[in-house]
Amino acid sequence: MGLWRDIKGTLQPFWITLGYLFKKPVTIQYPEQKRIPPPRYRARIVLTRDPDGNERCVACHLCSGACPVDCISMQAAEDENGRRHAAWFRINFARCIFCGLCAEACPTMAIQTTPDYEICNRDVLKLVHEKEDLLIDGCGKDEEYDYYQHSGIGVANQRGGNDDEYGPVDPKSLLP
Amino acid sequence: MTELLITLALILVKLGLVFGVVLGMAAYLVLAERKILGRMQLRYGPNRVGPGGMIQPMCDVIKLITKEDFVPDRADKWIFLFAPGLTALTALLSFAAVPFAPPLTLFGREIPMVVCDLNVGVLYIFGLSSLAVYGVVLGGWASNSKYSLLGAIRSLAQLISYELALGLALVPVVMSARSFSLTEIVMSQADWPNLLRHPLAFIVFMIAIAAESKRTPFDMPEAENEIVGGFHTEYSGMRFGLFFVGEYISLIVIGAMTTVFFLGGWHGPILPPVVWFVGKVLLVAFVFIWARGSMPRPRYDQLMHFGWKVLIPLGLINVIITGAVMVALLG
Repeated sequence: MGLWRDIKGTLQPFWITLGYLFKKPVTIQYPEQKRIPPPRYRARIVLTRDPDGNERCVACHLCSGACPVDCISMQAAEDENGRRHAAWFRINFARCIFCGLCAEACPTMAIQTTPDYEICNRDVLKLVHEKEDLLIDGCGKDEEYDYYQHSGIGVANQRGGNDDEYGPVDPKSLLP
Repeated sequence: MTELLITLALILVKLGLVFGVVLGMAAYLVLAERKILGRMQLRYGPNRVGPGGMIQPMCDVIKLITKEDFVPDRADKWIFLFAPGLTALTALLSFAAVPFAPPLTLFGREIPMVVCDLNVGVLYIFGLSSLAVYGVVLGGWASNSKYSLLGAIRSLAQLISYELALGLALVPVVMSARSFSLTEIVMSQADWPNLLRHPLAFIVFMIAIAAESKRTPFDMPEAENEIVGGFHTEYSGMRFGLFFVGEYISLIVIGAMTTVFFLGGWHGPILPPVVWFVGKVLLVAFVFIWARGSMPRPRYDQLMHFGWKVLIPLGLINVIITGAVMVALLG
């Protein structure tokens, strides 16, 4: 029966491939047909605003610290009322590997990934996005979250000058 | 004198016609193979250049010509440069003896529809297919590369082994036609194609000729996942293109050979003979492309085992049976 099995095993694939020949291909014809990626797809990175329309980013550098390819850089600055923000914020998408670690590290939900995957460009320098390119008008994935509602902006007294705090330690008094 | 000139001119016209048609068919067979294989794997295949990818062959040729013609360090330069041409040339030359229509009567002259009607056409085609081995072996040897050499050794062994089975499969055909001429062989199939007369020989022939032209179930000489590209590993640009075109010309040649030897050549109802011939050639080419989409590659020792221990005994038995039947029937 070995021979019969061999002949069957040789002829069966022909039948299967002939069937496939008349099936519709599964290929998506990219520039004409576009796939809509799932909402949590990790592509172009944006900076979001809180529900009041202020920047969420507090320039804590956690995203640039988490970034495995070091493509995020920024400069921190502070408003008169003590609210921190980024003076400039830059993501080099030529380097970005779209791992999403920055979005996971962000404590204020400012930096988020979006499903917009069509960001390729012939000019490498156009892939370096500045803060104006990154900042969007909406809240992104969470419509309600507002970091400063929880933390408050600044403090009434000098740091260490409140009733439930000790003052700063004078290091010289600790000398033997 | 004028008689000679007219004959010469007719041969040249036929030569140009066959040359152009075969090369054009080879170019579009590449496209057809890529598209059919794609559809068998639920892809589209090339469909970007021109409507349905119809300009793809031209683009491929432009790409191959403009690429660097690289000769490896310490390669045997002249043999290296010469080998691809030999492959393409032998494949093209085999077509000279293939008749593609019955003789045509034009202005009182009988014009045979074959470039050169040899009375030993079968032997001529065999000789050329043996010479085709040289293109592969010289190319592989001259490249000064281990992969090329391994591929060349494999193809040498494979082609020589399967040539025997091929020859044995054709003996019954020659016996029933009582001629080595391809035109005579086609003429002998006017009522019955040899496929029905010699079914076992047909099976042996199809398997052997697939191995002979290095088509997929038997593409050991260029097994990509073992020896990179086999004998054409070191070739680039149009020299690789010549190997490639030679392979597809030989696909047409084996289609033509199968048609002539087993499928009744140009014989067929209603349609004109040339249409029947081309249709049968394309059908055989499709079967080989289909086999490429369906079959895995056997191991090298299995290939040799199958050739020597299965195909050649089968062919020999078939020759004996055919001879016995012919003696019994015709006395």
